[in-house]
Amino acid sequence: MERVVTSGAATEVTLKPKDYKSDIKPVWCPGCGDFSVLAAITRALAALKVAPENVAVISGIGCSSRIPAYLDTYGFHGAHGRALPLATGLKISRPDLCVLVAGGDGDGFSIGGNHFLQVCRRNVDITYIVMDNQVYGMTKGQASPTTEPDWDRSKLTPHGTRINAFYPLVVALASGANFIARASSSDPNGAAKVIGEAIGHPGFSFVQVLSPCVTFRPEQRDWKKIVRPAPIEATTDPAAAARRLMTDDNFYLGVLYKGNRAPFEPDSAGQPSTEQELEEEFKV
Amino acid sequence: MNAIDVTERPGFLAYALAIENEAVERYTTFAEQMDVTNNREAAELFREMARLETLHAKEIEARIGGQTLPEGASCEYAWPDGESPEAPDFSDTHYLMTPYQALTLVLEAEQRAVEFFETIERAGTDEAVRKMAAEFAKEEREHVRRVRQWRERYPPPERDWDDDPDPPNQAE
Repeated sequence: MERVVTSGAATEVTLKPKDYKSDIKPVWCPGCGDFSVLAAITRALAALKVAPENVAVISGIGCSSRIPAYLDTYGFHGAHGRALPLATGLKISRPDLCVLVAGGDGDGFSIGGNHFLQVCRRNVDITYIVMDNQVYGMTKGQASPTTEPDWDRSKLTPHGTRINAFYPLVVALASGANFIARASSSDPNGAAKVIGEAIGHPGFSFVQVLSPCVTFRPEQRDWKKIVRPAPIEATTDPAAAARRLMTDDNFYLGVLYKGNRAPFEPDSAGQPSTEQELEEEFKV
Repeated sequence: MNAIDVTERPGFLAYALAIENEAVERYTTFAEQMDVTNNREAAELFREMARLETLHAKEIEARIGGQTLPEGASCEYAWPDGESPEAPDFSDTHYLMTPYQALTLVLEAEQRAVEFFETIERAGTDEAVRKMAAEFAKEEREHVRRVRQWRERYPPPERDWDDDPDPPNQAE
């Protein structure tokens, strides 16, 4: 694993993955892929030796968005779909922190869909981990943006959604994300390596983790038999990445694209730097 | 990536210790999952497994003594199937799983550990490591035997074991 972290000062003592876990027990369903993603995040942070007090994990709403509570880092469980703007603000005001955003496909691509586009464009140095299970689990099993058009198991869409699924990697590439990857909860060590690489890569990094919902999409337990490493190495060429996505069946794992755009730096010249100065600006 | 060399004595011991530690962590997670879903029998069983694996880890630590082991993040171990052999897959639990099914997961994990050590015993180049691997494989075979006996106390699951007329989560 590349041990270059652009932010989040390292710890001097050796920490184990479990040192990044809080005492709160997850309430996810047994078998849920999110347990594995939690393990992958803690393994990645331990491998990178980032001190827990220098990490902030921001989330929105949904089963996977509970993750900040299960980590012994700073965290913020924000409003539905708004994790990315919260994280953007945090990173801009505290560039020294390692800022992660975690959530699900509904939170990220539907309610927060436009934020996803803008954050890819803006390229702030944060890492976004989406636990994609193609369903709204917390609200009991409705189709999400990444659900296949013919999935008819929800009472809300008894004939399927009949609309195209959202392809997050394609959208991320087209919108300017600087690091794009896919991992699987069936391989927590592989996911940890990808997440670690994403954290170390400057700019906005996006990692889609295929994370089965065993309750509302039990057939997703079979994903572990389908996923396999992508046959092509990561590229720095967006055109080559786009060509690779043309043959992607959504089950190829690994890093797709590593761009070299400089991360967004705010122009802070002349801006208020203290709370008092800020209040002055709004005085009527 | 700094790969840890399992064919050399310090690397081998690091792997052996990691196997037990990862099993402790996994069984603790499973016990917590079962607590949350009020499956007390399976919770107790996984907690007992975490306790036993902790004892195994301590035995290996005693064996390591003051030796310095290679340092490596847990994701840097090159396991045969991606994950530590004694850590069952996260996706293999179910809130209604029976003790028989829980012990089947444990049994499979112990069998994978046997295979792991037997492979090193067969393919290792260092005689001392091969000897240790043979010893560890023998211990793991003993664990397999005990878990199998333990499982015999419970009936196999009925065909409709996962039927739940009032499930905690139901599609709406």
